[in-house]
Amino acid sequence: MRWLLVKDLQILRRSPLLVALLIIYPITLALMIGFALSSPPGKPKVAFLTQVPKGQGRIHFGSQQINISSYAKDLYSSIQPIIVHSRAQALAAVRSGRALAALIIPADIPQQIQSLVTTGVGSPTVQLILNTNDPVEKQFADQAIQARLNDVEQAVSKQVLRVAVVDLQQVLNGGSIQFLGQSFPLLGLRDSRTVLRRAIAALPVRSPLRAELGKVVGFADLAIQGLAFASPVLGSIGTPLTVDQTELSGRTTPTATYAATIAVIFSLMLVTLLLAAGMLALEWEEHAFARLVRGLVSPGALLAEKVVLAGGLAAAASLLMAAGVSTFVPLEWSRFPLWVIALLLAGTAFGALGVAIGGLAREVRAASLLAFMLSLPVAFVALVPAAAVSGGLKSALDTVAFVFPFKPALDAVNNAFSGTAPAIGLPLVHLVVLAVAFGVLARVAVRRGA
Amino acid sequence: MPATAATREATLAARGLSKRFGERVALHEVSFEIYPGELVAVIGPNGAGKTTLLSILAGIQAPSGGEVTSPPESKVGWVPQQPALYSKLSVAENLRLFARLEKLSDPDQAVERMLDQTELRERSGDEVGHLSGGNQQRINVAIGLLCEPVALLLDEPTSSLDPRQRERLWGFIEGLAAQGTTVAYSTHNVTEAERYADRVLVLADGELLFAGTPAALERAVGGQTRNFESAFVRFIDERGH
Repeated sequence: MRWLLVKDLQILRRSPLLVALLIIYPITLALMIGFALSSPPGKPKVAFLTQVPKGQGRIHFGSQQINISSYAKDLYSSIQPIIVHSRAQALAAVRSGRALAALIIPADIPQQIQSLVTTGVGSPTVQLILNTNDPVEKQFADQAIQARLNDVEQAVSKQVLRVAVVDLQQVLNGGSIQFLGQSFPLLGLRDSRTVLRRAIAALPVRSPLRAELGKVVGFADLAIQGLAFASPVLGSIGTPLTVDQTELSGRTTPTATYAATIAVIFSLMLVTLLLAAGMLALEWEEHAFARLVRGLVSPGALLAEKVVLAGGLAAAASLLMAAGVSTFVPLEWSRFPLWVIALLLAGTAFGALGVAIGGLAREVRAASLLAFMLSLPVAFVALVPAAAVSGGLKSALDTVAFVFPFKPALDAVNNAFSGTAPAIGLPLVHLVVLAVAFGVLARVAVRRGA
Repeated sequence: MPATAATREATLAARGLSKRFGERVALHEVSFEIYPGELVAVIGPNGAGKTTLLSILAGIQAPSGGEVTSPPESKVGWVPQQPALYSKLSVAENLRLFARLEKLSDPDQAVERMLDQTELRERSGDEVGHLSGGNQQRINVAIGLLCEPVALLLDEPTSSLDPRQRERLWGFIEGLAAQGTTVAYSTHNVTEAERYADRVLVLADGELLFAGTPAALERAVGGQTRNFESAFVRFIDERGH
């Protein structure tokens, strides 16, 4: 087998285009995935016009106030603002495509909010102008701006509630209020009730005022009880729902790591299948197969050599790719020995499938085409989410995924990269079983043509 | 003069040899013997079973019936019709690869010997894919000779060679036979069979119709033909094939 390996490596060395493709393809794929996963989505360019005069963005709620201008900073974190100074400029920016959207804040927005909060009358409105040429970009800009505007709405609501709660507390417990730069004491309901009780006690027993003042004390009691409930109720409206999240089945793989694993396995599959199928079919194309198996090499050894060659080279290329991806995506280098084991076994299983293809096709172009055509559906079948299909179809897809190495390879390498479920043992055993099964199929295919 | 059955034991022998591919009969009850130093041509029309017969003698295919007597596989040289070489490897690398796979004691020495025999030393570093068909066939034959075979089987060895290359190859093969190597080859070129073979085996539709010298074949059709090729055609026609 050693001399056959040497021979195949010599042939590969003299096929620079093929080797370049085998090296460059996975690395390029790794880099592209890395950039795609590590770069945040670009911020949409939005023409931004605020007509609120400087220093007039404050809204007063009783003794407190908020400055809506401060929320512009939050908006800028989601968009690339193009500051414009008139509505015409904003429209021109959108029409020319320089901006995906324009956001116009009218001059009376603080007053409108103030009026709505204090009197219930008012319609604070901002204007959003979207470029509708590209529906995807339109949705992108719309979502980014709506998310930030929702934040502003929520902040104003919270602030209003906070002010209301403080004011209610002062009505209940008393305190002080600021007016014209001076502080005035405010008698609360509790203190008022105490004063009234003292006054009742000081009155003659038969005084008619006792009963009247007693009614006022009763009202104060009811008001104190009601307001005592009101504060926490109002506070809870600001954050109406709290999510208590519980995760089952241990850690889950970060999306980026899972995506990187898919990329690595897809490259491993493609390189191994093409190499194993192509190099075996080459033995027929060069008319060397009969000469080799005529006592020089057993068919089993010839198949094993192709599996070792293709699986080994592809696993090495995949390790390089994983190393490249790990600069963008968190992979656990402490589990490196498991990377090697998982990739080698995955390479072996794909290599066995590759020699089965090569043994059936016996012509390099046909074998390559068959390997390529098989790769895509095998990968997609394994990646269809369980919830996306109905029972019967799911069983069929599961069966197809089970008889090809992509799914167990994905599970094994995913665990090796991140240590997350499922455990690595079963997928590795699955890969060994598939390697043996496809090896037997390849042996039968080769015998058919011997 | 080759040895005969009376004096020596056959190197290659077939008794009642049959081969079927499904319903199709490729060989039917074929029996013959070939002796050390003998040069035997297997001739016949297309589809007669020539390549199948040589493949069975070489151990590449198993017969459906009958038996074959031959030296161990490692001592039977096999030269397929189309050069079984790696076009991306050089001449020397091809020879070295097969010398190593043959487990020869000194592969490098065997390569040197074959480079001299094929007269391709100057092109030993060239990729085989860049050589002419004739030169590729010379390497193809050389690989069959690496194991210093007792018997050499060649399937259409001169089909891609020009007249000069054919002349050189036959000179080389006659030299091997003279040294005691048993040689059996198939050919479409019956003139080559007449010229170089000690005996011919005539196959048609899987049946062995004749085994003897070219002169005996001419006599078998009355000796009134223009040449050996005409005698061969008449022989086949008279037997309904």
